[in-house]
Amino acid sequence: MESGFASSSKGFMENVDQPHVLAVDDSDIDRKLIEKLLKNFSCKVTTAENGPMALEFLGLGDHQNHSNISKVNLVITDYCMPGMTGYELLKKIKESSVMKEVPVVIMSSENIPNRINKCLEEGAQMFMLKPIKQSDIKQLRCHLMNCRS
Amino acid sequence: MDAVAQWRKQWFDYTQYLRLEGFLDDQFAQLKKLQDENSPDFVVEVVSLFFQDSEKLLNNMARALEQNVVDFKQVDACVHQFKGSSAWIGAMRLKNVCINFRNYCEAQNLEGCLGCLQQVQQECSALKNNLENLFRLEQQIVAAGGSIPVME
Repeated sequence: MESGFASSSKGFMENVDQPHVLAVDDSDIDRKLIEKLLKNFSCKVTTAENGPMALEFLGLGDHQNHSNISKVNLVITDYCMPGMTGYELLKKIKESSVMKEVPVVIMSSENIPNRINKCLEEGAQMFMLKPIKQSDIKQLRCHLMNCRS
Repeated sequence: MDAVAQWRKQWFDYTQYLRLEGFLDDQFAQLKKLQDENSPDFVVEVVSLFFQDSEKLLNNMARALEQNVVDFKQVDACVHQFKGSSAWIGAMRLKNVCINFRNYCEAQNLEGCLGCLQQVQQECSALKNNLENLFRLEQQIVAAGGSIPVME
């Protein structure tokens, strides 16, 4: 059953009242802030501290439990994380047959064009510079709903 | 001037001072905007978390810089994290010291790093005092029946 799972990345917020976002970041402060930012925009939020835990939640972990795939509408992840980076997480999601349509947004505190291009080329929906403001989340929502401002 | 008006004026003056001195920038106002009826203590929670984390990070940095062979990459990783958190709460001066600190890490300049560490510790202490004063003022406004002004 795939109710609430947007099959295309456009209109992900359009069809869903309360989009479910998976936020991945190794910093507890960042997780707290991202969660609040998203909740203020009526999102349901699950947080994960690292890539492997995120993959596990998405049903792409070592146990590959496809019967338990969570209905996530968006993944937002930090780039710089120890172990698996946000870029590596992005790749794993885009490589999976079941999750590749889920939009992935990358966040970073550093504005490095190579890094940004690399992520966009790998299929990231958007790149956001930290610290993230409410207007950034608004823009994200607009972008994913294919709004014209 | 009644008590509430007086506290509110103090609040305006104090936040003005904090901004002029560079202790806090616009991002702090952004942080305040996130607070609502669902999470009335959000700002205090985030700030407490920040100072808890900063204590750990500062200890890690100090320990790393004391080693016979200093692992500058490790120090840099701590500073990077600290800089990120500082940016989130609008701690401009702290963020700027971190930028210098990272440069010294990259240059593997121990003396420079130690100087920055001391500066970070001082700025952190000063910011903690300032925020405690600010929160106390806000508590007084609320206790006197007033509402905290919106930070622009």
